[in-house]
Amino acid sequence: MSLRTPLGTVRGLGSAKTGTEHWWMQRVTAIANLPLVGFFLYFIVAHLGAPRSAVVASLANPLVAILLALAMVSMLWHMRLGLQVVIEDYVHGAAAKLALLLFNSFYAAVLGAAVLYAILKMSFGL
Amino acid sequence: MAETKPTARPLSPHLQIYRPMLTMMMSIIHRLTGVALALGMVLLVWWLSAAAMSDDYFNLVQELFGSWFGKLVMLGFSWALIHHALGGLRHLIWDTGRGFELKTVELMARANLAGSFSLTILLWIVGYGART
Ligand code: HEM
Repeated sequence: MSLRTPLGTVRGLGSAKTGTEHWWMQRVTAIANLPLVGFFLYFIVAHLGAPRSAVVASLANPLVAILLALAMVSMLWHMRLGLQVVIEDYVHGAAAKLALLLFNSFYAAVLGAAVLYAILKMSFGL
Repeated sequence: MAETKPTARPLSPHLQIYRPMLTMMMSIIHRLTGVALALGMVLLVWWLSAAAMSDDYFNLVQELFGSWFGKLVMLGFSWALIHHALGGLRHLIWDTGRGFELKTVELMARANLAGSFSLTILLWIVGYGART
């Protein structure tokens, strides 16, 4: 005997989860990535071999700081969605899959927090 | 419980004996570049974080990235990014229901490769020119 009703034990086990939303956000971030990655490449090329002060000076411009922040958020969001698909395709053990999916989310969150902190710190001239 | 009876169905060919085709390689490369970019994001975040820390630390990181090995990694990263971006564009075109004719698919695959190699070379030429 189990505490759970027969219906309760099967609910949520179907394949219909949040696939549409996932697929759609992968496209939204892909489209956002196109101009933002272009800007990001431009930012890097403009600071090759430059001293730290030059990077900080560029980020003092709010437009540059905001675009760079948007670029990082869009890329990392897209990255998390993409890696999730790769994990779901190749990792079939329930525990290993859950562990990797958690790691994937934390990876994106930690990188995002670190890079946004760095951008804001420089932008505010701290 | 219903038993599944083993039936003699034709098997799809194994990957090892499948004749490699350009479109199939492109599909794999899109995934590989995606995963490679995900690993490379650590380097980008490291670079920006170093810039937010101190002059000494930023100089060290700039030097590492500017070494021959650092440049090699960055060359790979920039190509992967450009190739994946163009490949993504291809996916977005397919998402509108267009570009599925075999000829078009083949053409887009070739344009994707040609575009990623030439744009990467162009980026590095501009990079060397713009270096301060
Ligand atoms: C302009 C930039 C980019 C565009 C247009 C783009 C586009 C796309 C598209 C359309 C897909 C879905 C492909 C499919 O359904 O099979 C995809 C997958 C993926 N992308 Fe991107 N992407 C870009 C940048 C990036 C970046 C910067 C990263 C990593 C940080 C990344 C990582 C991935 C990963 C891991 C996948 C999953 C690969 C797979 O399922 O095979 N992408 N990308």
